[in-house]
Amino acid sequence: MRLLAILALILSPMLPLAAQDSMPAAPYANRQLDDPAMEREAQDLMFTLRCLKCQSQSIADSDAPMAGDMRHQVRIRLMAGETPEQIRSWLVERYGDYVSYAPRVSASTWPLFALPLALFLLGAIILRRRLGRKGAAGL
Amino acid sequence: MIAELGLAALWLAAALAGLQLIAGVQSVRQPDGPLASLARPAAVIQGVLAAFAFLMLLWLFAQTDLSVKLVAANSHSAKPMIFKLSGAWGNHEGSMLLWVTVMALAGGLIGYLERRLPEVTMQATLATQAFVGLGFYAFLLLSSNPFERLATPVAEGMGLNPLLQDIGLAFHPPTLYFGYVGLSVAFSFALGALLTRQVTPNFARAMRPWVLGAWIFLTLGITAGSYWAYYELGWGGWWFWDPVENASLMPWLAATALLHSVSVLAARDALRAWTIMLGVVAFSMSMMGTFLVRSGVLTSVHAFAVDPERGTFILVLLGIYIGGALTIFALRAGTVQEGERFTATSREGALVFNNVMLSAILAVVLVGTLYPLLTEAFGIRVSVGPPYFNPVAAIFTLPMLAVMAVGPLLRWRRDGAKRISKPAVFLTICVLLVAVLVTYLSNASLLAILGLAFAAALAVGSLLPLRGRNLLRTPLATWGMVTAHFGIAVALFGMASESAFSIEKLVAARPGDMTEVGPWKITLDGIEPVAGPNWTALQADLRASYKGGSAITLQPQSRTFWSPERETAESALAARWNGQLYAVMGSGIEDGRRQLRLWWKPFVPMIWFGGILVALGGFLSLIGRLTADLKRHYVRRRSAERREDAQV
Amino acid sequence: MIRRWYLWLPLLAFVGFVVLVTSGLMRPMEREVVSRMVGKPIPGFALKPAISELPGLSSADLEDGRPKLMNIWASWCLPCIAEAPQLEALKAGGAEIVGVAIRDKPEDVARFLAQNGNPYSRIGADDLSAVQLEIGSSGVPETFVVDGDGIITYQHIGDVRAEHVPMLLEKLEDAAQ
Repeated sequence: MRLLAILALILSPMLPLAAQDSMPAAPYANRQLDDPAMEREAQDLMFTLRCLKCQSQSIADSDAPMAGDMRHQVRIRLMAGETPEQIRSWLVERYGDYVSYAPRVSASTWPLFALPLALFLLGAIILRRRLGRKGAAGL
Repeated sequence: MIAELGLAALWLAAALAGLQLIAGVQSVRQPDGPLASLARPAAVIQGVLAAFAFLMLLWLFAQTDLSVKLVAANSHSAKPMIFKLSGAWGNHEGSMLLWVTVMALAGGLIGYLERRLPEVTMQATLATQAFVGLGFYAFLLLSSNPFERLATPVAEGMGLNPLLQDIGLAFHPPTLYFGYVGLSVAFSFALGALLTRQVTPNFARAMRPWVLGAWIFLTLGITAGSYWAYYELGWGGWWFWDPVENASLMPWLAATALLHSVSVLAARDALRAWTIMLGVVAFSMSMMGTFLVRSGVLTSVHAFAVDPERGTFILVLLGIYIGGALTIFALRAGTVQEGERFTATSREGALVFNNVMLSAILAVVLVGTLYPLLTEAFGIRVSVGPPYFNPVAAIFTLPMLAVMAVGPLLRWRRDGAKRISKPAVFLTICVLLVAVLVTYLSNASLLAILGLAFAAALAVGSLLPLRGRNLLRTPLATWGMVTAHFGIAVALFGMASESAFSIEKLVAARPGDMTEVGPWKITLDGIEPVAGPNWTALQADLRASYKGGSAITLQPQSRTFWSPERETAESALAARWNGQLYAVMGSGIEDGRRQLRLWWKPFVPMIWFGGILVALGGFLSLIGRLTADLKRHYVRRRSAERREDAQV
Repeated sequence: MIRRWYLWLPLLAFVGFVVLVTSGLMRPMEREVVSRMVGKPIPGFALKPAISELPGLSSADLEDGRPKLMNIWASWCLPCIAEAPQLEALKAGGAEIVGVAIRDKPEDVARFLAQNGNPYSRIGADDLSAVQLEIGSSGVPETFVVDGDGIITYQHIGDVRAEHVPMLLEKLEDAAQ
């Protein structure tokens, strides 16, 4: 099904070739930073930023020119001394939480983080009921 | 004529499903009623009729009968035969017919063969199966008729797209459908047992082959889908927690939990209500996967045949089946007798722990996938991706892996911690050793380090059940378990290794340029145009040599299709035993250089080898269980015959 | 038999799921990413001219006391052609329109303006989408209303249709107060 899915996307007229610009990619869209540690930071960050023009792809995976421009921003800002989290905040300030695949704890996302805790407690209760007492069985 | 025959067979099959439902329900209420003996034959004939309808559709595609709308839209007289046939199920209507056919055949098979359960439970099971089937017949006949004729036949079909002629595409969707159908049978058994208060080890044994079979197909489906995305999407990733990917993972998680709880029920008569619940959940996850993929309610890279109307139909079916089943569960589960008892340090204890962990992972994936939909209802858009799923899933996966490594060593019912204390200490040392080593030698992330360490321990731990055993006399089912668990370790090793050791290189190269990617030296020999049936491409000739060894050639392409006009990047892969070199050609740069994206991904194929091992383990178990069942059946019949002989 | 209330929880969760996706199916597909910069001052920038005939654009130009429409567009974008007559109508209605040309070459911009008319008083060339990213715009065309102090007061996503013209003029008037 997934296979069909991908093919259907390739075949769909959603990304008409005509609407691509003819400009070369931004200097640091596809050029790695000289410092391997910094480039690794850049990669890790780019995989968690959403390409705004695509259907659910990170800017690291996307061929869209705008994703290239965003990669350029990530790399030059790292070079200028910003931290990855500062760059993420800079984008979130402009596009909202949608642009980041790493949800932050906020008024609208706390349930996401409460969930594992709740599951942990629930799991502990179930396991205690089932396994805690010798030879107990319920459910 | 052929199309009308197929349609007639389909209507008849639907009518028989109706009969099967009525007969089943009646004989549950009144075991010697007039219709009581009809459910089983109805199931068998329904299976035959559905299969006949599907054969007619295959025939139409083989003949390229262009007066049929579906054929005209999806086939072409110049296609190779194999793709003509696969075209029959490579579309919405045909795939639904395939689904219904497999489901009807499965129903016919249990109607014909399954005699272990009390007859009333079988009748309830067949009635449920018919009820589920009727919904799909209604979907097919009322809104997606595959046999619809065109008023005027067209001169030629529209489906000559070489992109759609892919052997993977031909067999990936049916693989998932087989998995979904297996879970629907498990669902019917679960409801049949619940309705007739027969949640017994025999019920578990009858249901187990279907769960195992479904699980094997789901495992293969996910493995293949992941590999396909890896080489086709061209960015070197194999899993992104995309909604459609999650939709295929969730039924697998539920089926994995069900598989283990059904084993507990079969062997030890415990976890009764829990197994029923998982049977309902597993089927609902497969229906929900279909719904999420086809309704377009979530944004995905893989969004397919998005049609809100069909989505609504599937949602209505989902609501009826699952809402109904959960209501029955809430009303009836309280009456299910408490199962056998066991202690924490026992095989059941370990399996319960893993079931709880798997359910927690399922809940995390489910909520994480649907969460953006929830906030959108309040006008807020958020994204939930790998930075959320990876660590949160790991919280529950790591303890599960730990228990998985030693759990199979425990005895059923009650065991002392002593039996596993030695292996546990040994495996803990294993984990620590690998963790320290990897931390020292690489700059891998914490999750990757933990993944490698646990993979090593699990690989060793999974083999321990074979220690001190006569390998020739070890039951196939045990071999299956060992193989599947070892496969998980192998896959995990591949995943962690890919994350920890991958090296990426982006270069802008002109012919003659040389670059290094990890241990590889890669030279761009030239760029040449090549042409295909409906595309032209630029192809890079890359000469790659591993640590100065003999060179191999990689030829990634940048293809331009002209009808409709679009560009795709065709990646090129070179596999060694210890990893894969992955090359993609990007766009051109004005000064004549070409953008190349190269990766060296150590041990990445282990992800998919691991997946295949897991499926193989399931297959061994299935064979083991089935032959054991057959033997038992044979022995029982022999002894019955002997008793008869003695009486004579 | 004790009533086991927790056995109803799975059904409850399922009903929640159905309600959620039903509301999702009924809602019109929302594919727009709204800028969070509305209500905030425009970040500092200075773009070189996109064509030699018109001056470039800097953030200082947007703080001269007069509200403006800031049109994010490109010569390679098809909806921008459809939008061109509406921009002319806006200009005729008294709006001052400045342009930001995304990833565009001077000759392409000049050709586009020759064919579709030129409603702009200034056009800055944003070759790296830097300004676009700064103001939270995620595609072309988009039109921002900026007041005289350089505060973004409104974002219109997609091409401007005839029915949007009076609304945008009104937004401009609001921004003037």
